[in-house]
Amino acid sequence: MDIPGKGLVKGLAVTLGTLTQRSHTHQYPDVEPDLPPRSRGVIALIEENCTVCMLCARECPDWCIYIDSHKEEVVVPGAARARQRNVLDRFAIDFSLCMYCGICIEVCPFDALHWTPEFEYAEHDIRDLLHEKERLEEWVATVPAPPAHDPHGEPAKEQTAAAKRSGRGAV
Amino acid sequence: MPIWLELALRVLVVVGAFLTLPLIVGQAEHKVMAHMQGRLGPMYAGAFHGWAQLVADGVKFVQKEDITPRAADRPVFRLAPVVALLPYLAVLLVIPLGPHGLVAQPLDVGLFFVLAVVGIGVIAVLMAAWSSANKYSLLGGLRAAAQLLGYELPFVLSAASVAMAAGTLSLSGIVEAWRPWWLLWQLPAMLIFFTAGLAEIRRPPFDMPIADSELVFGYMTEYTGLRFAFFLLAEYVGIVVIAALTTVLFLGGWKGPLDDQLGWLWTLLKVFAVAFVVIWLRVAYPRLREDQLQRLCWLILVPLALLQLVLTAAVKVAL
Repeated sequence: MDIPGKGLVKGLAVTLGTLTQRSHTHQYPDVEPDLPPRSRGVIALIEENCTVCMLCARECPDWCIYIDSHKEEVVVPGAARARQRNVLDRFAIDFSLCMYCGICIEVCPFDALHWTPEFEYAEHDIRDLLHEKERLEEWVATVPAPPAHDPHGEPAKEQTAAAKRSGRGAV
Repeated sequence: MPIWLELALRVLVVVGAFLTLPLIVGQAEHKVMAHMQGRLGPMYAGAFHGWAQLVADGVKFVQKEDITPRAADRPVFRLAPVVALLPYLAVLLVIPLGPHGLVAQPLDVGLFFVLAVVGIGVIAVLMAAWSSANKYSLLGGLRAAAQLLGYELPFVLSAASVAMAAGTLSLSGIVEAWRPWWLLWQLPAMLIFFTAGLAEIRRPPFDMPIADSELVFGYMTEYTGLRFAFFLLAEYVGIVVIAALTTVLFLGGWKGPLDDQLGWLWTLLKVFAVAFVVIWLRVAYPRLREDQLQRLCWLILVPLALLQLVLTAAVKVAL
């Protein structure tokens, strides 16, 4: 049988115990939060890497990426005819629509898009959340270095491919 | 010292205590409650751990609009917060701080006066509840009436026990008669007095008249601005008064090492320790249900208080 009043004493003990421990509050605006690795804050764009392949815009589930471009002729001396290349005019992500799935980043073949842990870009008006490429470029500085390779993991595909090729070349 | 100067000085000190002690208790409640819940509490006001939080709250309350509902009974509605606050000021007058008459107004019937005056707070609650013309206020007021009526009985009975033991109604006299072994002898009376005192000032877990999750804010629902702040202040002065009474009646007031010089310090320390327990209970326990409250009072506290009276009388006769 329980001693009467045991629960009351236990309640007091719990609150007193919590009083003696450090509180869990993070004083956010004064102290930066320590975010976990690979935090999804915002998407940064490295404009030079973008070839306007439109894969990101097409894969985006909620169509929040806007891309405009035009073609430019590049005359290479000595070549038979002029080459054409795509020039990016506009790259914008509407973060009021974005659901932070990261598919655009996964799908980008040239690593033009990156996650950054930067999250302080709230606006008073929802329309101000449409960020053009100039703003997306600013966030490149906050892109963290890629995590180190797992020493016990498989080697990268490029490495195995290169080893195979060199091995075949030797034979 | 001329008598008028002495009188003015005593009143000034009491008013000073009346204005500062509740704020200290209130700030302690903010911080203690926060840390007991794993939070930090106010941190910004006053730059150092939010020490000026209650000052900021006061400034905010002063700026707010003072609304009296159209259907309210105007004079009663406006008078109620003052009636809630003033009795506690009167009680502080007779509470002894230290030996050799360190009390604003020594009174031979101090205990009687205190118990009578604390009871006036009930009227303030009923005034506020009835004049607000609000069903939540009225429900809160009726709960308060039932609660305060019930708890007045063990409150007075347990105080009577210690008065009987000391053989005097003077609060200073009770402290002088107090001996450490009374802690054991009067322990049930102390617990009953403290519990009933909590119910008298409507502190959690006895805050059924306020019960913000069911009655909005009970009898304070319609109050705004400074009048609301008066009610809140009354609650914290209430904590000080109940803590001071528990100290004086059951914990030996100024008694302690070097009490000839440091008596006032002992009293204050004990008062703050009891106030800490009041805050602690608020954090630890959920609110009682209305029927549980009445059951606790009539089936446990009142019989226990009567038994304590019998015990006190028996020991008194035997000695």
